[in-house]
Amino acid sequence: MTTTDPAAPAESAQREDARRSLAAGAAPRRFGSWYIAEHRIRAMKGYAGDAIFQSFGNPLIYLFALGVGLASLVPQGVEGVSYLQFVAPALMAAAAMTVTANETSYPILLGFKWNPIFFGMNASPITGAQIVNGMFIHIALRTVVTVAIYCGIIALFGAITSPLGWLGIFVASMTGLAIGAAISSYTSTITEDRGQMAMLQRFGITPLFLFSGTFFPLEQLPVFLQPIGWISPLWHGTELGRVLTYGMAEPAWLTATHVGYLVTLFAVGLWATRRHFTRRLDK
Amino acid sequence: MPQPVITARKLTKKYGDFTAVDGIDFDVAPGESFGLLGPNGAGKSTTMRMVGAVSTRTAGDLEILGLDPNDHGPDIRSQLGVVPQQDNLDQELRVRDNLLVYGRYFGLPRAVVAERADALLEFAQLADRTKAKVDDLSGGMKRRLTIARALINEPRILLLDEPTTGLDPQARHILWDRLFRLKEQGTTLVLTTHYMDEAEQLCDRLVVVDKGRIMAEGSPAALIREYSSREVLEVRFGSDRNAEAAAKLQGVGERLEVLPDRILVYSANGEAELERITQLGLHPITSLVRRSSLEDVFLRLTGRSLIE
Repeated sequence: MTTTDPAAPAESAQREDARRSLAAGAAPRRFGSWYIAEHRIRAMKGYAGDAIFQSFGNPLIYLFALGVGLASLVPQGVEGVSYLQFVAPALMAAAAMTVTANETSYPILLGFKWNPIFFGMNASPITGAQIVNGMFIHIALRTVVTVAIYCGIIALFGAITSPLGWLGIFVASMTGLAIGAAISSYTSTITEDRGQMAMLQRFGITPLFLFSGTFFPLEQLPVFLQPIGWISPLWHGTELGRVLTYGMAEPAWLTATHVGYLVTLFAVGLWATRRHFTRRLDK
Repeated sequence: MPQPVITARKLTKKYGDFTAVDGIDFDVAPGESFGLLGPNGAGKSTTMRMVGAVSTRTAGDLEILGLDPNDHGPDIRSQLGVVPQQDNLDQELRVRDNLLVYGRYFGLPRAVVAERADALLEFAQLADRTKAKVDDLSGGMKRRLTIARALINEPRILLLDEPTTGLDPQARHILWDRLFRLKEQGTTLVLTTHYMDEAEQLCDRLVVVDKGRIMAEGSPAALIREYSSREVLEVRFGSDRNAEAAAKLQGVGERLEVLPDRILVYSANGEAELERITQLGLHPITSLVRRSSLEDVFLRLTGRSLIE
């Protein structure tokens, strides 16, 4: 005779529940970030018009205004290259920044507050960190596409002379992503909208755009203003772009500093954003 | 009870000094429809978020489908469907796209998600609105879409936080009908509500919660039996005479509950009590005899009304 444990079937039913849960959770654990990226791309249908204008329209306007208009005032060029060649890498980095600053400001406030889709995502197997990863995969794709188009147009204007010029696409994108990660690490902490986005634009993005050696070399600024450039990711990205697109001469340690600065800013920003998301969703 | 799908022991959640959920114990059996009934701020939603494996508990034990949410949040959530109190459908996506995108979060193949989405839109009576913008849907439709979304992964447990709050009576009945069908199909339902009629309609068993604690537990009928009388006589004397009349009514019925605008007389026979009141020389402006409800249970247990 064998003895039977009356609790055994119930216990095995529970083990079966647990086993099924673990099996079903495996795919989202691995690929959850990509599912979020897929969502963000699908959601772009809603604002495709704006995105296309940003990719094609803005670059053309800036190129004509600066490369053709302003350049006529600087016929001698800057640092031995034409003015268009000089501003082109800066414009690419700034275009990347525009995309990432857009994607990491209002959409994050929206997802937590006005249309709290992040909570909906988190109710499924998706984690807070995966939401952030997925958003950045989407932002990276959008940025690379935008900058690539920009780069193509600039090349048509004859402003890219180095064979390594196309690498400028990735430098500019990396610059944008580093700035985006820094912005999202802040916007993910905002619980009440008190116009912080407008402040960010006015006192963050715009000064960065103007004082990062974009339209004139940083050395033209008075010495006491130059540190703005050194802490500006846009300056590091722009200088790196100049090295690649027309072979601007600078010491190797400085080039390495540009790369290190951008990578570190991106990594720290992403880490902080993931942390804020995880905490905020666990309420 | 068969091996429960949810087990909570001394489950606690604190926010700083505030204790939202204060050491509650409960089990939910597979296929059961379990309710948390209580007023706003009782800790129902917090409990739901912990059971939903998104909110980390402060203390106590919690097991869902044999797993601890602290270690297996995503795995547990793969088997849950969640209908939150605040709609969080994606307004940038159209109705059907909301289901498609959500199904993908569970790692389901696109073809499977597409097939289920169509069936669920049918179930949610939204088959003719597939291409509509979410914003253009009525409150009831949005809630039904949220329920459809919560079912895309064929969940073992469906969590509904105040599913019909803010809906008009007709929309509520449509929703109840859909939930009743799910219950018949064997889906485990866990719902919070502050509507007693909803709890009576949908719950096999419920706990009455107040200030983060469980006050009572049982089926709606058993709770009414235990904490109330069969009938309730409601009498109104006008607000200025209410207290005065209440003093004269002492001893009438099994128990009295004096509210600002009326007096409730608990008794097995409401008509007989009304007659006694008339014999006492009191003449209420209005009187009403009704069956006891969970509202009376709540009033008895907490001294307060559910909807304040």
